[in-house]
Amino acid sequence: MSGPNFSNSVVRWIDHRLPVFTFMHHEMHEYPTPKNLNYWWNFGSLAGIVLVILIVTGIVLAMHYTPHVDYAFQSVERIMRDVNYGWLIRYIHANGASFFFIVVYIHIFRGMYYGSYKAPRELLWILGVVILLLMMATAFMGYVLPWGQMSFWGATVITNLFSVIPIVGDWIVTLLWGGFSVDNPTLNRFFSLHFLLPFVIVGVVVLHIVALHRFGSNNPLGIDVRGKQDSIPFHPYYTIKDMFGLGVFLTIFAAVVFFLPNAMGHADNYIPANPLVTPAHIVPEWYFLPFYAILRAIPDKLMGVLAMFAAIGVLFILPWLDRSPIRSGTFRPLFKIFFWLLLADCVMLTYLGGKPPEGVYVILSRLGTLYYFFHFLILLPGLSIFETPKPLPRSISQPVLGSGAGPVTAEKENS
Amino acid sequence: MAETQDGATRRDFIHVASGTMGAVGAACVAWPLIHQMNPAADTLALASTEFDLSGVEEGMTVTIVWRGKPVFVRHRTAKEIEEAAAVDVNELRDPQADSDRTTKPAMLILVGVCTHLGCVPLGQKATDPRGDWGGWFCPCHGSHYDTSGRIRKGPAPANLQVPPHEYISDTVVRIG
Ligand code: HEM
Ligand code: FES
Repeated sequence: MSGPNFSNSVVRWIDHRLPVFTFMHHEMHEYPTPKNLNYWWNFGSLAGIVLVILIVTGIVLAMHYTPHVDYAFQSVERIMRDVNYGWLIRYIHANGASFFFIVVYIHIFRGMYYGSYKAPRELLWILGVVILLLMMATAFMGYVLPWGQMSFWGATVITNLFSVIPIVGDWIVTLLWGGFSVDNPTLNRFFSLHFLLPFVIVGVVVLHIVALHRFGSNNPLGIDVRGKQDSIPFHPYYTIKDMFGLGVFLTIFAAVVFFLPNAMGHADNYIPANPLVTPAHIVPEWYFLPFYAILRAIPDKLMGVLAMFAAIGVLFILPWLDRSPIRSGTFRPLFKIFFWLLLADCVMLTYLGGKPPEGVYVILSRLGTLYYFFHFLILLPGLSIFETPKPLPRSISQPVLGSGAGPVTAEKENS
Repeated sequence: MAETQDGATRRDFIHVASGTMGAVGAACVAWPLIHQMNPAADTLALASTEFDLSGVEEGMTVTIVWRGKPVFVRHRTAKEIEEAAAVDVNELRDPQADSDRTTKPAMLILVGVCTHLGCVPLGQKATDPRGDWGGWFCPCHGSHYDTSGRIRKGPAPANLQVPPHEYISDTVVRIG
């Protein structure tokens, strides 16, 4: 292996025994990255940074938080009022969770538009969906910790989802609760798991990146890198681009943390949990609303819960539902339209999930749910048969340096 | 190596046997780690509650706590009992006659937990909405219960549960 030549002798000494510097050089500097990535490719590294922010602020919060039904709410209020900069740390953590989902949802829709889930990146995509599930579990349990009204009733409704499992359902719910209702044992175990799961996420993120570096990033054209002229080293070109994106992100994030820290929360969570009174209108955190809308759209308990889990389940099999060999939506005139329709549908479901389950909201939720599954299960497989894609450019370099797009022809390959 | 007629060796047997032992051992260790999550002995010890009904007059509803859950006690009016009894049981989603749901027809005792996803239905206060059948209404996803606590409309699959209870005197009931 012709490793890099480090000038610092200490680095050389260490690297000879523990090749971390070679590894970093290989993954950062030599790692060839398509040269045409746009800003939508910033969101992966952003998600990683937000995860670190959440872990750092979370560990600090855990130093002051008390996981007991009689003290949890007060300990969070103490963090807000008495602990030095506690308000800042908690607002960063709570809003950080929201921003984590914003970033990851953008990252996912980026992948959908540019067909990043297609061969050979299927496992990369599936690991991403696993991360999404773990994030949801983590955020759900974190939201229970302040032990406000929404914490308590959110926990009640979500744990009850498992009661639909035939035969063992009730047994599982009791096992989750450690009692006959959401109570102190539940709070304790949720705290323990909320501490653990982010580190599990870190583990899956590592696998996600190993899978990514196997074939490298997809790109806006969705065609493979054909050689040196198509790629640039990740460092410094994309490190600097990612840093710029990070600056923009942190500006927006700070604006929310400092000026709108409760905009994405729910006022009822500042009322201590009361197991005898359900708030008139319970809603989960905004990032769960589309799934909540799907749950409520179906007037049957079992089917509602199944549909909700299936909404994420279809993402696992997406690489096999969309059979079109063309990755990028740029070259798929019909797919492109339906992609935006799906996005609009998800936005609509998010809105509906926050509305009371009555009248026109129910009807729209049903239509939205139907369309969601129609898109994945019928439209995508159908499009791969009926759609005529536009001609692909010959290489990544060509539309940048050459004379515009044209069909791939073998003899021009080396020009 | 000694082989049986069908080609399996002693080594194959040892592989399977030790693998099985390993799996059994792992399961034995896993069980305490899972079972620790079930209700602990002190939690189970709080499993019953006694309540004096003498203060609950006709038309009144009270909420008491049993196992950390609300229990609804409604002293029903004659009209409510009549409505509950008049229903054709076969038309119900979870068929059960009103008479099977009470010990004393006037006193309806129910676990106040929606059988959908566990919210507490409204209908305990005079100002609460009581749904289309005059019993309880769950605001979470819109389940309507009748004056016997039976599910009539909405996503809940079952009637409000009647907790195990017995009268230990004329007016005192033990729940659990
Ligand atoms: C995947 C990363 C994480 C996510 C998505 C996440 C999400 C959340 C959410 C949504 C809350 C509720 C915020 C509120 O409304 O108050 C919360 C609270 C909390 N989290 Fe995390 N968290 C993460 C990582 C961590 C880590 C690594 C720890 C370390 C132990 C931690 C410790 C806490 C504590 C102690 C609270 C309760 C205090 C509070 O409510 O502000 N979190 N988390
Ligand atoms: S919990 Fe009552 S309707 Fe869903």
